[in-house]
Amino acid sequence: MKYDVVIGLEVHVQIKTESKMFCSCPNRYGEEPNTLTCPVCMGYPGAMPVPNRKAIEKAVIAGLMCGCSISEYSKFDRKSYFYPDMAKNYQISQYDLPFCLEGNIKVEGKGFSGKKIQIKNIGITRIHLEEDAAKSNHYAACSGVDYNKAGIPLLEIVSEPDIASADEAYAYLTNLKEIMQYGNISSCDMEKGQMRCDVNISLKPKGRKEFGTKIELKNMNSFRAVHRAVEYEIDRQAEALDEGVTLRQETRGWNDERGETYLMRSKESAHDYRYFPEPDLMPVVFTKNDIDNFKADIPELPKAKRERFISQFNVTEYDAKVLTAEKAVADYFEKGAEHTKSPKLLANWMITDLLKEISDSGLNINEIRVTPENLAEMIEMINKKTISGKIGKTVLSEMFKTGNKPSVIVKEKGLIQDTDESSIEKYVDKAIEDNPSQAEQYRSGKKNVLQYFVGQVMKQSRGKANPQIAIKLLKEKLG
Amino acid sequence: MSSNITYKSLTQLADLLENKETTSEEICSEYFDRIEKVEPQINAFIKLDTEDITKKAEESDSRRKAGRQLSRYDGIPISIKDIYNVKGQSCNCASKILAPYTAIYDATVIKKIKEKGFIPFGRNNMDEFAMGSSCENSSYQTTSNPWDLRRVPGGSSGGSAAAVSAGEVPASLGTDTGGSVRQPAAFCGIVGLKPSYGKVSRYGIVAFASSLDQAGPLSRNVLDSAVLLDTISGLDKMDTTTVRDKRDDSHESIVRKSNENLDGFKIGVCHKYLEMDGLSESIKENYMYSIEQMRELGAEIIDISFPYTKYAIAAYYIIATAEASANLARFDGIRYGSRIKDYKDLNELYLKTRGRKLGDEVKRRILLGTFVLSSGYYDAYYLRAQKVRTLISDSFRETFQKCDVFLSPTTPTPAFKIGEVSSPVEMYMADVFTNFVNLAGICGINIPSGLTKDDNLPVGLQILGPHLGEDKILKAAKVFEDNREIKEFIPDL
Ligand SMILES: [Zn+2]
Repeated sequence: MKYDVVIGLEVHVQIKTESKMFCSCPNRYGEEPNTLTCPVCMGYPGAMPVPNRKAIEKAVIAGLMCGCSISEYSKFDRKSYFYPDMAKNYQISQYDLPFCLEGNIKVEGKGFSGKKIQIKNIGITRIHLEEDAAKSNHYAACSGVDYNKAGIPLLEIVSEPDIASADEAYAYLTNLKEIMQYGNISSCDMEKGQMRCDVNISLKPKGRKEFGTKIELKNMNSFRAVHRAVEYEIDRQAEALDEGVTLRQETRGWNDERGETYLMRSKESAHDYRYFPEPDLMPVVFTKNDIDNFKADIPELPKAKRERFISQFNVTEYDAKVLTAEKAVADYFEKGAEHTKSPKLLANWMITDLLKEISDSGLNINEIRVTPENLAEMIEMINKKTISGKIGKTVLSEMFKTGNKPSVIVKEKGLIQDTDESSIEKYVDKAIEDNPSQAEQYRSGKKNVLQYFVGQVMKQSRGKANPQIAIKLLKEKLG
Repeated sequence: MSSNITYKSLTQLADLLENKETTSEEICSEYFDRIEKVEPQINAFIKLDTEDITKKAEESDSRRKAGRQLSRYDGIPISIKDIYNVKGQSCNCASKILAPYTAIYDATVIKKIKEKGFIPFGRNNMDEFAMGSSCENSSYQTTSNPWDLRRVPGGSSGGSAAAVSAGEVPASLGTDTGGSVRQPAAFCGIVGLKPSYGKVSRYGIVAFASSLDQAGPLSRNVLDSAVLLDTISGLDKMDTTTVRDKRDDSHESIVRKSNENLDGFKIGVCHKYLEMDGLSESIKENYMYSIEQMRELGAEIIDISFPYTKYAIAAYYIIATAEASANLARFDGIRYGSRIKDYKDLNELYLKTRGRKLGDEVKRRILLGTFVLSSGYYDAYYLRAQKVRTLISDSFRETFQKCDVFLSPTTPTPAFKIGEVSSPVEMYMADVFTNFVNLAGICGINIPSGLTKDDNLPVGLQILGPHLGEDKILKAAKVFEDNREIKEFIPDL
C-alpha cells in the first residue's frame, strides 16, 4: 500500500470499586433498572459529589502501570452537554490537569489475524478519571434511561497516534486489557461495557510528515470489531485518496452486521463542551511521598510474571503464557502451587483439563467450585499414586460439579488406585485368558499389543489398577 | 403571655419553653395567627403546611414533657427559603420548572436543625433560583417589605427577611451567593449572616453558584444568628468543600460574653465609599454615624482602600453565571420537575421545557454563563474573572492583617419600590457591597444601624471578617447592637 496508517485509540475502562465515583451507590452490573441510584448519581437538586478515594488510587496505579508520570496537582472539571444519559447535563471529568500523563506500553503478541507483530512502544498521552453515563434504551414509542451505570468510575486512556495497523491496534488493546486486569483496575468485560474503545484513524502518503484527515470511529463492542472497522476504514480511505477525493473530518459508527462504517456526524456539528473547573470538588494534591507509596502498590506485570513462573515453577514458556494470560488464572495457579510439590503437574492439569471445563461451562475462573487448594490436593494424590491420571479426570469433573474435596470424592466413589499386586494379578490373568489370539500376537513379537492388554486391565478394574504394576505383571505373564 | 410571642427571639422563646411558660404548639399557633393577619400584605411564604407543623410541635411538646428535648431550642419554628431540600416537602426555588418537585432527602443544614428540634416552618419566597435582589423574580408571588408594602424586601432571600421582619417567624434560613442574606436583611431591618465559604455544608441546597453559595441565618438579633450558626455549621462528608473550624467556645457563648465595649478592636473602614456614585445620602450619613459609634465604643478606626472593588461586580457576574449555567442544566424535565407535553423530539423537549418554565432573569444568566465559558471566550472572561477573584482574596487577606473587621454599608440604597429598578445591570448594583465578600470567601453580617429620616426605612451596616472570623464580626455586631440609637427594628403593620 502506498499510504501510512496513523491510528490513536481512546479506551474507556470502568474501574472495579465497591461504590460509584461520586456517591455511595454500589458499582454493580445487571440489576433492575434504576435500583442503584441516589440523589447524587441522578442529578437531583442540591446533591453534591464526594470523590471515591479508591477509584482515584486505582487511576493512579493504572497510570503507573502504563509508565505515566503522576501529576502532583490535578483537578476535576465539568464537561457540559445535554443528553438524558448525563443526569446533571454535565459530566465530571478531567480536562487540562489529569492524574496521569506521558506513558507508554510495550506492545507484543499477535494481532487478530494471528500475525505476530513486532514489539513496539505505543505512547500514552494521558489517563484521566471521570464518571460513566447512564444507559439509554430506545423503544418503539418512547425511550428509557437506566441510571444504574451513571457515576461508575471510568478511566479514559488516550494513546499517541503510534499505531500503524489493525493488528497493532488489536495487540495494543490486548496488552492494555492485560494490564488493567493485572492491576485489578477493571474486569474489562466488553460485553458488560466495562471496556470501550474509540479509534482515531487517518492515512497519509508513505513517508509524508503531515497527518491526513482524522476520522473518529465509534460503536465497536469487541476487539474483533475494532480490527474489522480499522481494516474497513483503511480500505475506504485509501480508495478515496486514490480517487483524489478530499476526506472531511468526521465521526463514523461501525455496523458490525454489515461490516461497514457509516457517517454519524461531521466536524461542523462538534460539541463545545465548555469545560471549567468543578467548583464542588477540591483539587487533588499528591506529595512525592504519596506517589512513591502508590509505586510500591503496583502489581507484577504479565511479562515479569511469565518469566518468574518459568524459573520458579519450572514450567514451559508455553505453559507460562497460558497461565498468565489472565491474572485470575495466574493467581489461581500460584495459590494451588503453594499446596503441591509438583507445580509442573498442576500447570498441565490446569491447562489441559481445568481451563477446558471452564470454557465449556461458560463460567470464569472466579466462579467455579473447584478451589485451587482442592485441585492441588488432587495433584498430590496423583503424585503419590493414590489415584491414576485417568481417575483424576473423573475426580476433576466431579469436583467441578459438586465442589467436593477430591479425597471425599475418591472415598465415596471408591476410586482409590489399586496397587495390590495380587488383586491386579487377577485382572491380568483374566485379560490374557479372555484374549488368547492377542496373547499369541504379543508372543510372536508384536509388542505394542501390550497397550491393548493394559486397556483391558483398566477396563476390568474400572480404572483403579495401577498401570505400572499392570504392565509389569503383563510382561511377566505374557513372557 | 400569648401576644408576647410574635417578636420574641430564639433565646427568649427557648427560655419560655424551658420555664414551661409556653409550649411549642402554642408558639406555632401564635405564628399561624400572625401569618393569617399579615401574610395577605406580605406574601413571604410560598407554602405553609400548618397540619404537619402542628404535629411536629406536639411531638416536641411530648418530648419536652418527658424530659427528652433534643436541645433547649426543641420546638421552635424556623422558616426555610424555598431552596433547601426538606424531605417530603416541595422545593421549588420559586421556579415553575421545579413544580412539582418534592424533596427526597434532607439538606445537611436541615438535618442539623432537626437534630436540635427546630421545626422547619414553611417555604419562603425568593428570587427564582436565588437570582435577583428584590424577590421580584419569583415565579409565584411578589413579596412586600413590611416597612413599606410598596417596596421590595430585597433578595434573593426576600421571603425569609420579610417573614422575620413581619414577626411571622422568629428566624429563617436563607442562602447568600452575592448578598442574598445580607441585602434583604438590610432592607427589612434584621440581622443576616453570611458565613465563611466552607463553614456550612451546601449539601441539599439547590446550587446557584457553587464556589460562592453559603447558607446563612436571618434573625431578629445577633445572638440568634450565632445560635443558628452553631447549629448549622461544621465539616460535612457530603460536601467536600466544607472546612473544620477548630474552636473552644460556641459562637453563642462568644456573643453572650460580648457585652462591654470594643477596646483594642481594630476596625477598617473605607472613606472612599462616600464618594461612590449611586450611594444615597441616608446611607452615607448612616455609614459615618456607624463609624463614629464604633469609635466611641473603643475601636481603633483604620482607613483602608480597595483597588479592585470596581472590578468585583464584573468578575462576580462572570463566575456566578458560568457556574449557574452548568448547575441549572439539570433542570430539563427528564427526571423530575415539570415537562411540557408538546414535543416531537428530545431537542424540542429541552428547548420548550426550559424556554417556557424558566424565568427571564434565570435565562439571561444561563445565556451569559454559557457565553463566557464558550471556546474562544474562556480566557478573556472566565479566566480573567478568576484572576480578579484571586486579587480580591489577596487584598482582603492583607486588609485583615491590619484590622480585625471591616465596615461598609450593606447596600447603596434603602429598599427600592416594587417595579422601580427595571434594568438588570442597575439591579446588579444593589449588591455592590456584598458580591466581593462571596468572591473572597470571607464572612459578613448585616446589622440594622438606622432608619431613613424621610421614609422610615431600615439601613444596614455590613461588618466583614476574615475567613472563619465569625467570632470577630459577631462580637463587633453584638456590641454595636447593644449600643446603637434605635434598640428595636419593628415595622408598623
Ligand atoms: Zn448514587
